[in-house]
Amino acid sequence: MHGNEQVFIEGISPFLGGYYVALAAMNFVAGYWLWRCRKATLQAIFWFFVGLGYVGYLAPMALSADPHWVPSMPQVIRDTVNLALGGSTGAVVYSVGLLVLLVGLFLLRRFFVQGPVAWALLNLSLLALGLSMTDYNFYTIAAKPDNVPIVGLVFLLGFFTWLATARAVENDARTARGEAVLEYEEKETVLVWPDLVYTELICMIALTAFLLVWGIALQAPLEEPASSVKTPNPSKAPWYFLGLQEMLVYFDPWMAGVVMPSLIIVGLMAIPYLDFNPKGSGYFTIVERKFSYLTFQFGFLFLWVTLIVLGTFLRGPNWNIFGPYEFWDVHKVEALNNVDLSQYFWISGMNMALPKAPPGSGGFVQFLYILQREWLGIVMILAYLVLLPPLLATTVFRKFFLKMGFLRFMVMSNLLLIMMLLPIKMVLRWTVNLKYIISIPEYFLNF
Amino acid sequence: MGRSGIFGAGLSKDNGIDMASGDKQSLGEMIRNSQIWKSIFRHPAPVDRRNRIVVVLTNFFLHLHPVSVKKQGIALSYTWCMGGVTFFLFLVETVTGVLLMFYYRPTLEWAYNDILSLRDVTSLGVLRELHRWGAHAMVITVWLHMYRVFLTGSYKPPREFNWVVGVILLLLTLLLSFTGYLLPWDQLAIWAITVGSNMARATPILGFEGPGQQLLTLGGIDMITSGSDARFGLLGERFVGEVTLNRFYVLHCIAIPLAATFLLAIHFWRIRKDGGISGPL
Repeated sequence: MHGNEQVFIEGISPFLGGYYVALAAMNFVAGYWLWRCRKATLQAIFWFFVGLGYVGYLAPMALSADPHWVPSMPQVIRDTVNLALGGSTGAVVYSVGLLVLLVGLFLLRRFFVQGPVAWALLNLSLLALGLSMTDYNFYTIAAKPDNVPIVGLVFLLGFFTWLATARAVENDARTARGEAVLEYEEKETVLVWPDLVYTELICMIALTAFLLVWGIALQAPLEEPASSVKTPNPSKAPWYFLGLQEMLVYFDPWMAGVVMPSLIIVGLMAIPYLDFNPKGSGYFTIVERKFSYLTFQFGFLFLWVTLIVLGTFLRGPNWNIFGPYEFWDVHKVEALNNVDLSQYFWISGMNMALPKAPPGSGGFVQFLYILQREWLGIVMILAYLVLLPPLLATTVFRKFFLKMGFLRFMVMSNLLLIMMLLPIKMVLRWTVNLKYIISIPEYFLNF
Repeated sequence: MGRSGIFGAGLSKDNGIDMASGDKQSLGEMIRNSQIWKSIFRHPAPVDRRNRIVVVLTNFFLHLHPVSVKKQGIALSYTWCMGGVTFFLFLVETVTGVLLMFYYRPTLEWAYNDILSLRDVTSLGVLRELHRWGAHAMVITVWLHMYRVFLTGSYKPPREFNWVVGVILLLLTLLLSFTGYLLPWDQLAIWAITVGSNMARATPILGFEGPGQQLLTLGGIDMITSGSDARFGLLGERFVGEVTLNRFYVLHCIAIPLAATFLLAIHFWRIRKDGGISGPL
């Protein structure tokens, strides 16, 4: 193992050296820019020294290609992270942790959008990525060619979320002071030639160059020839569908693979017709459209993106969760003793066997017995989807209902409730091992 | 921003038409004053306001744009340029895709070997890398574009319908990527498609393992079987095989790009008709 580690570190050290030099350059540019603007000389000096640290310490250490010298994530941190995410409660720690993080970022957004704070966070996350790359297990997953775009996606989303939030915070502060938002400030129009066409040209050239470098530096993946008898473990869908595949843990394919995706598309299309708030058209704001903002971010950042990240980086053989620094052991055993609601009701609650139609009985009799067996789940789902919307309309969403009218409100509340089914099902799975609320395998109808 | 300094460098002051006699013409001026150049470009070099307007109005490629835009609307920190980048990536995918089509044969006998030789043997095999990374990038930039459009509330009236068109374009982008995933015919390809298309087996009513599948029976005979359900319609077989490869190839190279092009045209046209690029209305 020791010899292998040496070979692995030697292979990765040139890349890491270049990586730290790039981080240094990034900080030098930032420092130089701050210096030039004469806005914050102290900060400029600080980032300059951070850059010096990268190029003067981390880069040469990484280039030494000696496993003892190459800077890596401390073993304690790796073990702790593996323990937290790789254990049987990994999904809980991951999801709840990220939710808490996102909520914290949102509540303290005025603090986090500040330039130095955001820049420090960027430095820290890039540093953590670099330090983790010396871990063979982490490297294998993060540097898998088809996973590289997702690493990029995480950083791009972080950057753009910061940018949008910074502008929204600025705009909201302006509105609170009674001033015009940034986007209204600038009334000037410019000619498309040259201002827009040259921006477009420069974008196209930069993008072409970027794609060429990417294409030459990183070979597109090509595995062994297709074989329908050799099933890889894990078998993963393309990365952008991994959120849906992750839903399969909690729902049957007809929900996770057909109904939910269709409703995501329909729900996205319905957004402009459900959002009746005339404010916030054409500029970044959070305060003026808090409900739609939070709903969208919950659906996009939390339910869609974090599930993709989970499915890509943490789901291993047998769809078990593994810590990012953990070896993907095919024989890792995870106890699955999930129980249906009907079993809870009849067996644990009533101390009876599940109702079962007498053998040889006709289709209709069987149907009645199934209804009897599953009545609690059916009632619960119906109540959730049919009774809850009117209840919401008369209580918390009263204003919404009055403004939106019956049809629009019903569509919106049902879409919201169906979206919330996923987190609800997750929590029920984690807390009481619930498998299905309605379980009718006879009709392939498990819910 | 110093337009004439940067963008108009080397051009004569008089709209580039009437090159002052006696002055030495630079090579650029000679080219721009040649009969061939003037026959191709219908207007003189756009160095003054009038010609800068005319060039956008009379040029086939530029007439997609309006003549002038809100300065704020094209600020990078506002638009992120992600819609434009997505369109450019679509063009990159089209060009590299057509070039790859000259080389690649969608049959069980050749598909994998053609990709293998693109990697190991063929000059310009990097086209495949460009195509694959461009496709990943396009999925990401579509998401970022929608993210920005949502966060700036740019789907609000009168732009509702263009958002709907955009959602369909998002779906087509994902389907383009999904159908292309199969074409290399390696383990990664068929198992990703197998996992993805297995979902269709559970389509309510129309999938043979979907709820309500028993409803479609005729005289006691199931109409929805593994040989007639939604998954079969997608794959053309009961498993991911050569028929699927051909089906996905045609979808990937012809059907979906055509639909996307059609919707792109509507998407761009509606931007103009709905009040121009994003910004306060």
